[in-house]
Amino acid sequence: MSAQDNEALFQQRVDDEQKVEPRDWMPAEYRKNLVRQISQHAHSEVVGMLPEGNWITRAPSLRRKAILLAKVQDEAGHGLYLYSAAETLGTGRDEMIDQLLAGKAKYSSIFNYPSLTWADIGAIGWLVDGAAIINQVMLCRTSYGPYSRAMVRICKEESFHNRQGYDILVTLCKGTPAQKAMAQDALDRWWWPSLMMFGPSDKDSPHSAQSMKWKIKRQGNDELRQVFIDRTVPQAELIGLKVPDPKLKWNESTQHYDWGEINWEEFHQVIQGNGPCNAERMAARRKAHAEGAWVREAALAYAEKKAKRKAA
Amino acid sequence: MTQQEALFRFALRMGDNTLVLGHRISEWCGHAPVLEEDIAQANIALDLIGQARNYLAYAGEVEGKGRGEDALAYLRDSREYINALITEQPKGDFAHTIVRSFLWDAFHLPLLKALANSPDERLKGIAEKAVKEVTYHLRHSSEWLVRFGDGTGESHDRAQAALNDLWRFTGELFEADDAERLLAKAGIIPQLENLKADWNATVDGVLKEATLQRPAGEWMASGGKHGMHTEHLGLMLAEMQVLQRTHPGATW
Amino acid sequence: MATKHEKDWPLWEIFIQSKRGLDHKHVGSLHAADAQMAVENARDVYTRRGEGNSIWAVRASDIHASRPEDQGAFFDPADDKVYRHPTFYPMPEGVKYI
Repeated sequence: MSAQDNEALFQQRVDDEQKVEPRDWMPAEYRKNLVRQISQHAHSEVVGMLPEGNWITRAPSLRRKAILLAKVQDEAGHGLYLYSAAETLGTGRDEMIDQLLAGKAKYSSIFNYPSLTWADIGAIGWLVDGAAIINQVMLCRTSYGPYSRAMVRICKEESFHNRQGYDILVTLCKGTPAQKAMAQDALDRWWWPSLMMFGPSDKDSPHSAQSMKWKIKRQGNDELRQVFIDRTVPQAELIGLKVPDPKLKWNESTQHYDWGEINWEEFHQVIQGNGPCNAERMAARRKAHAEGAWVREAALAYAEKKAKRKAA
Repeated sequence: MTQQEALFRFALRMGDNTLVLGHRISEWCGHAPVLEEDIAQANIALDLIGQARNYLAYAGEVEGKGRGEDALAYLRDSREYINALITEQPKGDFAHTIVRSFLWDAFHLPLLKALANSPDERLKGIAEKAVKEVTYHLRHSSEWLVRFGDGTGESHDRAQAALNDLWRFTGELFEADDAERLLAKAGIIPQLENLKADWNATVDGVLKEATLQRPAGEWMASGGKHGMHTEHLGLMLAEMQVLQRTHPGATW
Repeated sequence: MATKHEKDWPLWEIFIQSKRGLDHKHVGSLHAADAQMAVENARDVYTRRGEGNSIWAVRASDIHASRPEDQGAFFDPADDKVYRHPTFYPMPEGVKYI
């Protein structure tokens, strides 16, 4: 079969809403695109453990401590599911992690913002996970089978993350004036970065069109961002928090919120490595990896010895 | 000391032991040597924190002064904590964490097995659930210790160093205080010194398989069970209690 | 033991039986140094929400799979054997227990 035939058959399969499986023929670009996107997604889960993990030891009650620990643990699980999905495309986890640690791979820029107060743990669950879920629900229907299956599992587990975050803020808003101020401050700092999570506007997004054609992505960045805003604004109002956007206004005719302008300069700066915590996040990951090297080596050495003894 | 006071003190100690160690283990979340181990250690920490909540809630009820799990966890200073010293030792390298867990788990499991037969229904209930969890903890820490001991030269040396470091905190585990003596006499908890044979058998068996040396050190540190801690605990509690202390009376 | 480029732990495919009597179902994969660690990692990674009753771990490199290009020859011939399905046989109205 010629390359063109392969390509046409492949597109036909995608158009017919059949999933692509690991051993199927696929365009080299599709494979590359997927490895990039899935590994970025996996890196985001793993780096995303850091700003929240930062508060496990300071959680203000034993109940909150257990919930947060279980939640951050889930992120590790989600990173693992995603690395596994990417590995079906022929790239090893070690290779993907090497790229991250070498600074060659991206991860969601939201995790380069600092978690400064306990309310930030609420804001991360409510806003960051809320934004992530909108993206992830779409990705449950992505064309690549292993990615889609990983996303289904992740979405199932993720649903409590969003709620526990909102629950933290609900409690703070019912609390002392200091607690309420803490909640508002967190919203003020996390709102715009959360909107940036959906990526550049479709017209400026380099990968969007091809990803849509291959049904890796199924909805545009702007559309998803609007869904998030429409859902989240009433949730903020319900607990008496003010979204930090003076242009935010319900539009009767479109049945959507109109809203202000994202500071794309900030977005690009953070992506370039100039966010408030880029250096710290990478340093933490590198340290964990380097300090774990002897552990991973020992386990492998022991497994080899044991296998040899068994064979002898 | 009345039996009620003794029971309060024992439940509180079990709560402190499991909370402090669970807190320490949770420090790995996001920083473990491999993603699978982030998840495994978090599971262990969650088990321990869950046990701590049960013990502290029970301690609060026995005390009858209206202190709940959070009041006991967040509003006591290090001199009022009565956990064993081994549980509060810093995470160190992964060998230290594994050895700390192993030496504790090897004591914790036989203790729980005995508590699962306690005539005190609450202790019995907590222990019955915890036995299953801790059976897994001991298995996990034992297997890692064997991997380290019989893995590479470096892992062997690190494991032996951790063992030598932490060994001095194991004697205290078997030293009963007044409360424990009273409860043991009443048949509510086991005689702690009777758990030693079980502990020795586990430790010696695993160390042999791991090709590690049982440290010769005879001198044992003690004091944690009476509120005399290493400096590490104060720092740990300062971090853990910061929000409760800064915002007195707030609900979270 | 130490090689220059650090070697990943081998990849294992994990199958979980969620309840007695059901099939073991593929749930995903993970890395582990040996089989015992694979089973235990699977317990920690894939049964955190009480999904598990039994675990199988298989080294990914030990799985033999059919090839996509064999799909036609392997599976299409079964498509027209409709007589293998009970709905192929019309039953007289009112007949019971068949």
